[in-house]
Amino acid sequence: MDKPLTQHIKKDGTWLSLKEYEAVGGYQALKKALTLEPKEVTTIVTDSGLKGRGGAGFPTGSKWATVPMGADAPAIKYFIANADEMEPGSFKDRLLLEGNPHQLIEGILIGAYAIQARFSYIFLRWAYHQAAKAITQCIQEAYEAGYLGTPIAGSDFQLNLSLHTSVGRYICGEETALLNALEGKRANPRSKPPYPTVHGLFGKPTIVNNVETLCNVPLILTNGADWFMKLSKTGEGGTKLYGASGRVKRPGLWELPLGTSLREILEEHAGGMKDGYQFKGVLPGGGSTDFLTEEHLDVPMDYKSVSAVGSRLGTGTIIVLDDKTCPVGMVRNLEQFFAQESCGWCTPCREGLPWTTKLLDGLEKGTGKMEDLDILTFQTHYMAPGNTFCALAPGAMEPLQSALKLFKTDFDRHIHEHKCPWE
Amino acid sequence: MEPEHILSDTETAAIREIYRHFPEKSAACIEGLKVIQQHHRWVSDQAVRELAEILDMSPAAIDSVATYYSLIFRRPVGRNVIFLCDSVSCWIMGYDQIAACVKKQLAISYGETTSDDRYTLLTIPCLGTCDHAPAMIINEDLHRDLTTENVAAILNTYG
Ligand SMILES: Cc1cc2nc3c(=O)[nH]c(=O)nc-3n(C[C@H](O)[C@H](O)[C@H](O)COP(=O)(O)O)c2cc1C
Ligand code: SF4
Repeated sequence: MDKPLTQHIKKDGTWLSLKEYEAVGGYQALKKALTLEPKEVTTIVTDSGLKGRGGAGFPTGSKWATVPMGADAPAIKYFIANADEMEPGSFKDRLLLEGNPHQLIEGILIGAYAIQARFSYIFLRWAYHQAAKAITQCIQEAYEAGYLGTPIAGSDFQLNLSLHTSVGRYICGEETALLNALEGKRANPRSKPPYPTVHGLFGKPTIVNNVETLCNVPLILTNGADWFMKLSKTGEGGTKLYGASGRVKRPGLWELPLGTSLREILEEHAGGMKDGYQFKGVLPGGGSTDFLTEEHLDVPMDYKSVSAVGSRLGTGTIIVLDDKTCPVGMVRNLEQFFAQESCGWCTPCREGLPWTTKLLDGLEKGTGKMEDLDILTFQTHYMAPGNTFCALAPGAMEPLQSALKLFKTDFDRHIHEHKCPWE
Repeated sequence: MEPEHILSDTETAAIREIYRHFPEKSAACIEGLKVIQQHHRWVSDQAVRELAEILDMSPAAIDSVATYYSLIFRRPVGRNVIFLCDSVSCWIMGYDQIAACVKKQLAISYGETTSDDRYTLLTIPCLGTCDHAPAMIINEDLHRDLTTENVAAILNTYG
């Protein structure tokens, strides 16, 4: 079982019905969880080493453990699956949502049991229409089979689950912004603390987890924490959905042991660069991660190792930069996205991102000056972590700050040649 | 003069049914806007006022939510809405050429609607199908692996 997360997903684009999911052991993990104390479930997830697959890599079990429990805890708690997947270059949750929604529903049920939540939501981005169909049908099947809506056979635990389809804006994926969107408001992020685990949706304790994170949970319950830990090549448990896009021979998505090297993913799975194109760099985990180059190809793609070389694993979906694509143009495209998607709440982000985009635009048009590079560097400090209300702006600075260092000569050429050398 | 009501009884009932599930009426604001848009393709000022009445909110409060979200349309759109992905993987794989083709064929720019009301052209952030870039959605259909050769035929299938 080297691809436990995706092994049952069918190749024909249809999803597993409840019957099919149950035939491969589906909902057995839930039944097992219900024989344990909620706290024991959390402990198993903690011991497995599972870290959040939504980008920040926060240990899942530790997060669940901060939810108030026991007789004094609020009677209403919420459990939310974050299926907003809007990070540029990320396309991993789509596979799990379209291919096997019951696995996600089972993960939500187990998580909700662990924190004793009564209500749950799947927060889905608008563009995933096929996923919406699949999820709607699977939720209905789960209600009809008695997994949702009524006490599950042999226990007094019961959960309601609804699908919320979003109406756009990348910021909705940020967990506190997501809560505001679910409450029907503008999706500006909330200040933390208080954390959602204590004061979340409608002021109640709330867990928000990424889709891929939750789909791992039934596997951990079934096979145990040790088994999950051993799936990875490093000290962080599990497999990972890795993707590659850009000018590689076989762009795609693969479930591999966590800690597989960048080189193996790009050369063996993505088939190397397309003929006529040379490798120049990658964003290892979506649009808001720092560039890595040739010298980092042997880095294991796990949370610790990628951070150690100055980037982040992020969503684990790699965007490849080739020699025929302008790195300044690529960063400009990213910053324009972040500027457009900023919620506008705090000044550095609201003002800084359009300014950054304008400067990069100037460079591309050939009107850039050397001092623009200093202003761009200033922006990366101005929007560094801690200076803004949420992680959107610091994330936006990651590709820029690394490009300014790694591709300095390319930035300089735009200024000296008064045009984009790639045009 | 009182403007005519534009929300049908079915729409009003659907919106009331939604807020019953929330601790507060205003939580149904986004869902309400979605119901209106499903029926009218866009959300007019009059629709905002009527939703405000149903949810006991001010029209300004509704509008601040409506204008926040990129997929709630506060201006009329055509029969077919084209969402062309302009994010990084599509950009690397030739978004600029596809965009030029589409704009030329329809003779409109972003945010515009053709004079026959057939198409509205918009951009959309990353569609999460980056291994098949460039990509676009028309209405609710995903089209991937776009080329300057195949895009015209795809557009023509939408009447
Ligand atoms: C601007 C922004 C956008 C985000 N978008 C997503 C997203 O689409 N999906 C997701 O799972 N997490 C997203 N996150 C991370 C969430 O805030 C949160 O950390 C995550 O859902 C927690 O789940 P995990 O611990 O299972 O990873 C985003 C964060 C930021 C700052
Ligand atoms: S950093 Fe940007 S997106 Fe985040 S709260 Fe501030 S303005 Fe909004």
